[in-house]
Amino acid sequence: MTWEIVLRVALVAVAFLTLPLLVGQTEHKVMAHMQARLGPMYAGAFHGWAQLIADGVKFAQKEDLTPREADGPVFRLAPAVALLPYLLVLLVIPLGPGDLVGQPLDVGLFFVLAIVGVGVVAVLMAAWASANKYALIGGLRAAAQLLGYELPFVLAAASVAMAAGSLSLPQIVASWRPWWLLWQLPAMLVFFVAGLAEIRRPPFDMPIADSELVFGYLTEYTGLRFAFFLLAEYVGIVVISALTAALFLGGWHGPWADSVGWLWMLLKTALVAFVVIWLRVAWPRLREDQLQRLCWLILVPVALAQLILTAAVRVALQ
Amino acid sequence: MTLLDVALAVAGLLAVAGGVAVVSTKQLVRAGLWLVVALGAVAVEFLLLGAEFAAWVQVLIYVGAVVVLLLFAVMLTRAPIGPSPDLDRPLLPALLVGAAAGLGLAGLFAAAFGRLTVPAPGAGTAQKLGTAIFDDWVLPFEVLSVLLLAALVGAIVLSRRESTR
Repeated sequence: MTWEIVLRVALVAVAFLTLPLLVGQTEHKVMAHMQARLGPMYAGAFHGWAQLIADGVKFAQKEDLTPREADGPVFRLAPAVALLPYLLVLLVIPLGPGDLVGQPLDVGLFFVLAIVGVGVVAVLMAAWASANKYALIGGLRAAAQLLGYELPFVLAAASVAMAAGSLSLPQIVASWRPWWLLWQLPAMLVFFVAGLAEIRRPPFDMPIADSELVFGYLTEYTGLRFAFFLLAEYVGIVVISALTAALFLGGWHGPWADSVGWLWMLLKTALVAFVVIWLRVAWPRLREDQLQRLCWLILVPVALAQLILTAAVRVALQ
Repeated sequence: MTLLDVALAVAGLLAVAGGVAVVSTKQLVRAGLWLVVALGAVAVEFLLLGAEFAAWVQVLIYVGAVVVLLLFAVMLTRAPIGPSPDLDRPLLPALLVGAAAGLGLAGLFAAAFGRLTVPAPGAGTAQKLGTAIFDDWVLPFEVLSVLLLAALVGAIVLSRRESTR
């Protein structure tokens, strides 16, 4: 029993270390080809497949700087606080039918929502402890954005939990039916957009807007600590994509789900991750007021309407 | 003395230590960060006692929203790195009130429930909690909802600009 838990956690850790790199490499290549470039071609000889490994080695070699005016302990702790929540979230996302999940949790969905919210604390820590005005402004923008978008994020997730009548992620996936694609479509769009904002990906990268804030709350970070934040962003893409796939796209459902269900889940996750990358290339950054307006005037009302629709259909079906 | 007892004691100590750090640190923002430690340790206590749902609510609401809002407000107004010398912290009254409240509550609970043994209520699942709220406690729940709504309306009225005509 004990070795099984160890094995599960080890496998999740492996996924935690490889999937973000895969997404990162895909981003390099997809972005490059969308912009009529080649992207990395040299590292590892074949189409630059080892580019991110080379990047990792580069980050490890860089000097680890803490600004003199910074609040040292908080500054050094922030990257770990940013990364840890996503590792925990990966534990409860179901990969396939049955118990093909890191740790089945009775309130898995709620756990995910709670833990993802902790990431804001890391952003505020990094922003304040840097003792840099750009960093502080970036942190404030991030906090305002994350507080706002948490609401539609949670509401959209609540809708699908209501539809399935469960908070357990494996159970939600198990009770998913293809017609939910239509029924839960508004919730899916809201969840995906709010999720993008939660991980601060373009077009929601106002907190690190490089043309006005240098690099926002990451301005003062170098070397491995900066790499930690970058890794957190890419694990964030994996988490949001996997959650969207599991909650709204049916996770492991598909032909021959009993044997290759995990493949379907990975495929759907990869598809959503591709859209995340695509949006970065295709959309300009939202301005701060547009960003808040989108959240409060569009996403929140749509999410609330979806909740009513979900409840009505649930009651009608009973 | 089981492993669970030890874990509970450690989490409790952590919560109290975090709380003490909140009120004793000279650095404003760090006080907010210590609050994360204290509230997080309380969530761990919930988790250890089997109230899984309450634990994650604690994390979502207190760590993810309340503390963040607090830090946000502090950083918006003033957030110096390093100690703030002008923090208003009367040591003696604070010690008196804190000790009296803490010891009083501890004594009260020990006297009231010290010899009582209750059967373990089982894991606090979301389903159980939902049934309890919308079954036995539906009236208090509705009253609280109305209270919250009133507070929301009040907040909006107070924060609205006057010259909107």
